[in-house]
This record gives sequence, C-alpha cells and structure tokens, in this order.
Amino acid sequence: MLDPKIPTGALKDKWTNHKFNNKLVNPANRRKYKIIVVGTGLAGASAAASLGEMGYNVESFCFQDSPRRAHSIAAQGGINAAKNYPNDGDSVRRLFYDTIKGGDFRSREANVYRLAEVSNSIIDQCVAQGVPFAREYSGYLDNRSFGGAQVSRTFYARGQTGQQLLLGAYQALMKEVGKKNVILHPRTEMLDLVVIDGVARGIIVRDLITGKIESHAADAVVLATGGYGNVFYLSTNAKGCNVTATWRAHKKGAFFANPCYTQIHPTCIPVHGDYQSKLTLMSESLRNDGRVWVPKKPKDSRPAHEIPEDERDYFLERKYPAFGNLVPRDIASRNAKEQCDLGRGVGETGMAVYLDFKDAIARLGAENIKEKYSNLFDMYAKITGTDPYKTPMMIYPAVHYTMGGLWVDYNLMSNLPGLFVIGEANFSDHGANRLGASALMQGLADGYFVLPYTIANYLAQVKPNAKEILARGEFKEAEAQVNERIKKLLSIKGKTTVDEFHRKLGLLVWEKCGMARNEAGLKETLKLIPELREQFWKDVCVLGSGEELNQALERAGRVADFLEFGELMCLDALERQESCGGHFREEYQTPEGEALRRDDQFSYVAAWQFNAVGQPPTLHKEELKFEEVHLAQRSYK
Amino acid sequence: MSKKINLTLKIWRQKNQLTPGKFETYQTHGVDTDMSFLEMLDVVNEKLTKEGKDPIAFDHDCREGICGTCGAVINGQPHGPMRGTTLCQLHMRNFKDGETLVIEPWHARGFPINKDLSVDRSAFDRIITSGGFISVKTGQAPDAHTLAIPKDTADTAMDAAQCIGCGACVAACPNGSAMLFVGAKVSHLNHLPQGAPEKKARVLNMVTQMDKEGFGNCSNAYECEAACPKEISVAHIAKMNKDYRAS
Repeated sequence: MLDPKIPTGALKDKWTNHKFNNKLVNPANRRKYKIIVVGTGLAGASAAASLGEMGYNVESFCFQDSPRRAHSIAAQGGINAAKNYPNDGDSVRRLFYDTIKGGDFRSREANVYRLAEVSNSIIDQCVAQGVPFAREYSGYLDNRSFGGAQVSRTFYARGQTGQQLLLGAYQALMKEVGKKNVILHPRTEMLDLVVIDGVARGIIVRDLITGKIESHAADAVVLATGGYGNVFYLSTNAKGCNVTATWRAHKKGAFFANPCYTQIHPTCIPVHGDYQSKLTLMSESLRNDGRVWVPKKPKDSRPAHEIPEDERDYFLERKYPAFGNLVPRDIASRNAKEQCDLGRGVGETGMAVYLDFKDAIARLGAENIKEKYSNLFDMYAKITGTDPYKTPMMIYPAVHYTMGGLWVDYNLMSNLPGLFVIGEANFSDHGANRLGASALMQGLADGYFVLPYTIANYLAQVKPNAKEILARGEFKEAEAQVNERIKKLLSIKGKTTVDEFHRKLGLLVWEKCGMARNEAGLKETLKLIPELREQFWKDVCVLGSGEELNQALERAGRVADFLEFGELMCLDALERQESCGGHFREEYQTPEGEALRRDDQFSYVAAWQFNAVGQPPTLHKEELKFEEVHLAQRSYK
Repeated sequence: MSKKINLTLKIWRQKNQLTPGKFETYQTHGVDTDMSFLEMLDVVNEKLTKEGKDPIAFDHDCREGICGTCGAVINGQPHGPMRGTTLCQLHMRNFKDGETLVIEPWHARGFPINKDLSVDRSAFDRIITSGGFISVKTGQAPDAHTLAIPKDTADTAMDAAQCIGCGACVAACPNGSAMLFVGAKVSHLNHLPQGAPEKKARVLNMVTQMDKEGFGNCSNAYECEAACPKEISVAHIAKMNKDYRAS
C-alpha cells in the first residue's frame, strides 16, 4: 500500500496545520537551491514565477517557442472558486463535495479539500495581476454555471479564460526572468529524467533549433507537462501535447496512476475527414444556454428546423431533470454516444447531436448570446461553414483531458524523492472525472499556493549541490541513451510516416478504450499495440538529421512514447473491473445504464511501476479512505 | 458540402538562419475544401516525406486560433485573406480551384527565420519582460472585490488583452513595427487600476525594448489592425502614445 502522507487532524485543518508543521528555507538560503520546472502552462508558469519571487534559482523549460503558448491557453469557459459572490449557497465545503462527487468518489479527500480551500486566493491573485475577468455593471465580478454544480461559481473572461489566466502567469514569469530569478529555455524539450541514488536530480533536454543535447542538474525537478490525451491522436489538445516527460520519468521509476481515467468532452465539433488533425472543443459554458437534442425518429434526415418540437428528444433534460443540460461531462458524453448508437445521431455521419440556442436567443436576444459566446460561435462558423445563430450546432464527444498522471503524495511529490508533479501531469484531484472549470483551478492552485510550500519542506531537508552533481556519470549515461534513440529513429528510413502510426494507434485506443470499454476489446488492443510498436521501430520514416529543426523527429519520439504508454492505459482499464466517471466498463452498469462502481474492491488508486517495455508493470495501490463524504451512486436526476 | 480543389503552392524554403532561402513550387491535387490551411500543409508534408523529400517546417500548436504559434503570409496577407482569422482557422473553402498561393514566413527585422516558415519571435518575450506585467507577487493580493472596476473599463482591457502574440501585425506593417503588439499590452494593463502604479515605467521600458529589438515605427498604415486575427484596434496604439507622452 502506498502512503499518500496525508496530515492528521480534521479535514478542514489539515492544510493549515501542515503548512505550519512544514520546514522552511530561510530567504538567504533559497538562492542556493536550484529548481527545474518543465512546462509553462498554468501550473508550470505559476510555480516558476512563485518560486522565483521567493528567491530560489529557477530554470524553466518548454518545447513551444514562447512560454505563453502552452495549451492552458485554449481553455475557454472558466475557473471555479468558492467565493459565493452570487449568494447562492456556495462554500469551500460545497466545492469540495461537488468535486469529489463529480470525480465519482475516486479522488483523495484531503487534496480536494485543499483545492477548494485555496480556490478563492487564485481569483484574488489573478485580479491583482490584471486578468480582465467579466464584470457586471456594478463593477464586480460576474459568475456563470458549469456542469455538475447547482451554484454559479465560475469566473470567466469571455470565452478565453485559459488565455487570460495563462497570460497572467506568463507575465508573472517574465517579470522574474527580467529579475534573473528564472532562466528561460523555450524550444527545449525534456527527453529524460536523471535519477541519482534514487533521487530525481536533473533532466536531459534537446534544443529544438540546433538539436543539441544537454544536461541540467537541480536540487528538485518539477514536471508540469500536461496530460496524455494525444494518445488518441484526435483530441482537443494542441498538436504538441505529449506524454514524453511523464513517461520518461515513469521509466526512471515514477509510478503512473490511473491512466485509464480519460475525459471525453461532450461538446466538440464532430470529425469530418480522414485528414483531420485535431478536434475543436466548444466550451461547456454553452450548455448554460444551449439545449441538447436529437430527433425521436431514428435516421431522421430532415434539417433541424423542419423537425417539430414534439418529435425532438431533449434527452439530457428528460433523463436528468435536476441538472438537465448541465450534467457532468462523462454523463453527457455517454448519453450522446448512446443516442447515436440508437441511430438517432444527426449530420452526414450520424455521429453528432444538436446543441440548440433557439430558445435562448428568443428569450435573451441574439445580442446577449453574442456577448457571452461570440468567439465560440465565430470559431464554429469558421470551421464548419454554418451559422450557429441560425441553425443548431452539431456536436460530438472528443478526448479532452486526462485525470490520470504521475502518482503524487499530499505534497505533490512522486514516489521518487525530489520529483514533483503538478497540474494535469499528476493524478491527484479529479478522481475518475473532472468537473468543468476545475482544470484551471487545479493548475493554478498547485503552482501558486501548494507547491511553493511543499517543495520548501523537501528542500529544507537536502543539501544544495546541483553544480557538483552535474559531474556524476548518470548524466553522461542518460545523454548517451537519448542520442542513441535519436540516431535509431533517423536510421530506420522506413516507408510509414510518424503520423500514420499515430493515427493507427489513436483509432485503436479510441475504439476499444474510449467512451466505453470491455474486457474482450481491451485484451485485443493489448495484443495489437505491441505489434504496432514493433512495426514502428522497423518501418517509421524520419528524414533529415538530429542537428537541426526537425519536426518529424520531435513527433517520432513522442509517438514512440505513446506506443508504450497506450499499452499501460489499456491494461489499467482492463484491471479496473468497475465503471466510474470517465472509465465506463460495459460489463458494469446499472439497469438504467449508469456507471456502476464497485467500492468494496476498487476504492483505490492504481499506481503502476515500470519494469521493462513489453513486460507487465507492477501494481501498487493507494487505498482511498472517505472520512467526510458518504459514498453514494452519483445521481444528477 | 465539401469539394475537391487543385492548387499551385509557391512556398519559401530556407534551411536555417544563415542560408539564403528560395521559393519552391508544389502542385497539390484533391484538396478537400473542409480542410484547414494547416491540414492542407500536413497533406503536402506527408506526400513529401513519402517521396523522401524534406517536409516544410511550420510552427503550429493549438490549431484553434488561440495559442498564436502559427502564421504565414499567403499572397501578401498575413494569415491569409479572411479577416480576424489565424492560419489554423483558415479553411480551404476560401480558395478557388486552380489558384496559385504564394506562402512565406513573417518577414521582419525583429523575427529572424529559423527554417522555412518558422520564425524566431523571442523579441516579443523580451518586450514583455521589460514591463508587460503587474509586479504583484503570489500571496500579496487583496480580495478580488476590494476594487470595483467599471464594466466598460474591464471590457476595453479585455479587448486589448486578447492579443495572441502571433506577430501578424509586424509582418503586415510596411515598417515592421510591433506597435500594435506593444500597444495592446500597455493598453490592457494601463487601463486597469491595478496597473496604475507602474503605468509610466511600463510604457517607457516596453517602448525602449521594442526599439532595441529592431522593430520600426508606426506611420498609420493600419495594416496591423487589418491583419490581426483578434481584430485588435489601433486605438490601443494611440493609448500607448498618450501614456508615453505623459511619462
């Protein structure tokens, strides 16, 4: 059993007591410690900025050309906080409870409570940074509703909340770069983690412009490298999002937790062609005003406006009257799939449902809808060539977020001492399903308000020696392995492109490990992925050299890692013989088709230890103890 | 409904910063009009790779018009012919069958070329480093409702804050000026009461850094506003100039 190191005491006092009991590093000593932060999304940028402000020596790495481009920037709808400004009954406890319930009782109580507790400070911090959140005419902040909650607790900046929060964190980071507290390494990709005597001590990186391989040592390494949604090839993630940093850390000993918990977002623009490179999300906030429906009659090919009201099935409102269109994402997605499987899907492929704004436009006026959602409506119109003010949007679920990630304890430290993992890259706060507007909250909570405290407690107990440790042979060894792998990829000179392999892998896992999973399908996939991987290493085609900007080489390394990771994801899905949140096993459902958890056997975190490629990993369990909430079947009816 | 079209592409190929570049011509057949411009380039690259030819390097990431990574000049227009649209959100239905497209990277003194269509925009990061922030440290903030900010002030700040830092404004400007980019950040932060204490230092430092990076001046051509995928108004340049004069 893994020990999550949860502090003792009452839930509401744990974090306060823990902060007091933590050891501190005095201001004069901080500059002696070097901290590497990989990734510059909300978690990475906020952590690097905060640690820089405190006086540590920080080095920040990202593969993008600027830290401002990390994929947090694409988050649209908003960020949750328990401010209760709308006076509608919100509280830290309610945000905590909603998040635990939304995660289908598969997350750690103490972490989630802390998340809810610091949520309010995030809003304060962002406002002070100049994040232009939406305001009411009074001059005070506006809120809207998101799925899985019956209060309005979501703060937003038009449909670009992620962008504005990231720019806030990015600006804070650049401020520290200016003060030389942070050294920035853009267009630099982490290709390995260096572990010395069981402790994370540095990373190996590749300069993406020159191809130069370099070692960087530190007293602690923080990974903020996001999720693994692109294992599915088609997802709402940016093209560059990848599992490489966390996977390489996993191969060096860090446990990977709950990889089967993937979130399929219900409102995305449907797939339209086999050249398609990514899927586009339409924010969940649209479900505040849009109504989801399908024709009652299967294979009804009439255009939407010719289908009379009594021949439409507003299936979410019908099945879940209390939450209606604002049920959590996993439930909305599964129901859309179910309707399409029944032949009631719409559009050319029959793999879409309507999201209709007609009633909202009639009630509030087109201007009001425009004010709230104009950038989303414009984006939809650009991509599809149809006008959502006039005809209903067509949407279908798509891979969006991954709740699984590297295992961390309450201090956000992995099982490898010195390796901290924050944001989407860790597994900690969302259980089996994340609620809308909670990813931004978690990323910034980890970076601004949790990690700066917990990392100090670790550093206070180690002697700073990053300079000396760089001379150790482990760095040269790891560099040699990285070089070897690049040489291998370039020497295969096969006939199949990297993208072709990636698409094949993506289809495979989408079919068998997507919205619904079963034993036979997962077992089949577990045979097929190693075959595909073998083929990749025999037949992949990567042109050019390693000493230049070589985008195919970058992708090849990432896809090679996805080909290993995909196997672990399917294995985890096979072993978890229950349904919970985003993990829906067809064998385990209630008579009404809802997810059937098996708390007696699966109330644990599955943390996998890597052994060797092609060898079964070792399972470690962290028991989930619920002291405050009563486990129940989720009901949104 | 989607159609298939054929295009002639003249694309700028350049090995690295030090090697001179030139245009290469590529014929593409059966381009689906529902494709995005970048998906069309993906298809070209897959074909080149299969033929053993070096694929075209181009920067891109989110492919939903918000990260600001992508960008190229299409027939003289940064991000192509559609208003308020990044290259990744430009779809092939906006082009005609048989058309010839000349595709170039951003050309500007402030943006050295890395390879093919990829340019180095780190000058923008250095400009932000010089003053594009509010110096509040983590933990210092008062309650968010301590200060009411009039809705129209917040809205104006948001209009400016939408900048995605893609650099199209610079590429569009006859002088290679970055004043829309700099103006947008100055205007965003200087409009807000939180930004007031550093208002003067901010505009002075950012303008100084902008000049140091080799960007030109504004001569009111307004090409930047026309090219901006977020349709940021040149009024923000005026705000910057006003604050600069007062500083």
